[in-house]
Amino acid sequence: MAERLRTPVGEPYGTGGRGPSPYGTGSGGPAPYGTDIDGPFPYGADPGGPSPYRTAVEGLRTYRMVAAMWIRSTMAYRASFALTLFTSFCVTFFDFVVILLMFGQVRGLGGFSFAEVAFLYGSTGTAFGAADLTMGSLQRMGRRIRDGSLDVFLLRPVPLLAQVAADKFALRRLGRVLQGLMVLVWSLVLLRDEVAWSWEKVLMVPGMVVCGAVIFMAVMVLGASALFWLQDASEVTNAFTYGGNTLLQYPPAVFAQDLVKGVVYVVPLAFVNWLPALYVLGRPAPAGVPSWAAFAPPFVALVCCAVAGLAWRTGVRAYRSTGS
Amino acid sequence: MPLIELDGLEKTFTVRRKTGLLRRERREVRAVDGISFTVDRGEMVGYIGPNGAGKSTTVKMLTGILTPSGGRLRVAGIDPARERTRLARRVGVVFGQRTTLWWDLPLRDSYRLTHRMYRIPDDRYEENLARCVELLDLGDLLDVPVRQLSLGQRMRGDIAAALLHDPEVLYLDEPTIGLDVVSKARVRGFLRELNAERGTTVLLTTHDLTDIEQLCSRVMVIDHGRLVYDGGLAGLHEAGDGERMLVVDLARELPPITDVPGARFVRADGPRQHLAFPASASAAPLVAAVAEAYPLVDLSVREPDIESVIAKMYGGAAGELTGGPGSP
Repeated sequence: MAERLRTPVGEPYGTGGRGPSPYGTGSGGPAPYGTDIDGPFPYGADPGGPSPYRTAVEGLRTYRMVAAMWIRSTMAYRASFALTLFTSFCVTFFDFVVILLMFGQVRGLGGFSFAEVAFLYGSTGTAFGAADLTMGSLQRMGRRIRDGSLDVFLLRPVPLLAQVAADKFALRRLGRVLQGLMVLVWSLVLLRDEVAWSWEKVLMVPGMVVCGAVIFMAVMVLGASALFWLQDASEVTNAFTYGGNTLLQYPPAVFAQDLVKGVVYVVPLAFVNWLPALYVLGRPAPAGVPSWAAFAPPFVALVCCAVAGLAWRTGVRAYRSTGS
Repeated sequence: MPLIELDGLEKTFTVRRKTGLLRRERREVRAVDGISFTVDRGEMVGYIGPNGAGKSTTVKMLTGILTPSGGRLRVAGIDPARERTRLARRVGVVFGQRTTLWWDLPLRDSYRLTHRMYRIPDDRYEENLARCVELLDLGDLLDVPVRQLSLGQRMRGDIAAALLHDPEVLYLDEPTIGLDVVSKARVRGFLRELNAERGTTVLLTTHDLTDIEQLCSRVMVIDHGRLVYDGGLAGLHEAGDGERMLVVDLARELPPITDVPGARFVRADGPRQHLAFPASASAAPLVAAVAEAYPLVDLSVREPDIESVIAKMYGGAAGELTGGPGSP
């Protein structure tokens, strides 16, 4: 539209010369807003069209603001916050103890050594933890849709996805990331002599964690998009996110080949860590996947984002709100 | 050029209903069924109708929350569903039954977030906030967590939040629902002033017809998704086939006045008699006729009760009209 290109001019209120307050006594003065409906934007800042870059920047800014508000909200109940933090710490800690105990008893799993399994566990754990920390709230959007409180989000001049993702932001979910990261670093220490390291393998480790997190996030957004039609679909999404995370903690050889194929070709979760990790470990890819697939995660992540973005937009347009 | 333009706006919902164990029935519900109107800058319009008439659905389409199923819609030249976030900077919305404020944080924090989200220049923000605080009496409430506010206080807080970014249009959905008389009066006074001094266009959805009587010069009545009336408040009386009441005080108690043409005797309280006549007719010849034949001491003309007029228009939906919160 042409009006988007128009440079805003002058003071938007047209109240110049009416003293310090535009609410001054002269009610017969000029109309505060011009009669031109394509007129300048308030504050001279046309937010512009939906360029993906602008939306992303606005989204990040919004996310920060909303997340900060939620952290402050949590602090409003100090005792409760302290208790949650303590519980969360305990859960994470015991989770960690369980892994230690398990690896204390089992030397290998599906032909994988202890360090190799820890590598799988740590890489998917970090990726999933990061996705859950930032996007985990999306699965709770179903309730917001049911009770109609999503309406309020839609009234704000900032991207909806960022608001929903930052909704009820909980810092305690950082524990999961830290736990995964710890296991990952530990496994790398153990693997430092076992693996024939090269530059692409060194770069592949952070790369797979980042791409893995993005793939998990995209799956979460995709799942949340379904909530616009089916408000109870969050359990289905959980099967792919939480379930996928559990699956990826173990070597593919442990599972039935059909399941592995599904994770490669249907839901691209194998790209989160299996394929690149197997490459790093110098093992053949499962289910007859070519070895170059280990380098595919960035592209898979991009495609996932595109699909999720499209689904999200379609979902928002299909939003039905509630009766009142 | 009008600020809000609707042309044949439609919204249909598909409702699935279980009719048996596995059988489901799909049914199309037309919540908004071809509404057309325009609102100019600075107008204050009442948008009324019984529960489920399509009022909230219309407002949600005007803000871009819902995508219309058909028809054309422009607010300030923007297609709301397409450019929702862009439009959001130019409109303010108050949903009476839903707060935009942060439940656990002081009112001030919610305003600060609005300040940053809408990128309101500091001087504008300070000025608007100061004005809202003064006129809505929020001074003592700014540092109170929203969950501790009463309904009336929260509503005033919500109205302020919707106005900090200088919206050109303000949509109010049931702004006085559940408020006491004092709070209602304060809110109405504030809106009147806002409209008069700022020129803010106001679209008001309400069940409280006093809101309409006190604020709006124009009323739109919607029923079953269709616009059944659009015009001045006074015209509503005629459209609703209403009657006005001539109350005459006679010098002494007399038999009912039944011989005056154009009037219908309603009741008598001693020397005072009530005569009904069509709202569209003039009272003057009637008064003259009564004065000629009877010892007239005093008289007054009463406008019909707007509620009964609208109830007539809805066709028996009066019970719902004065009822509680809207439901689907």
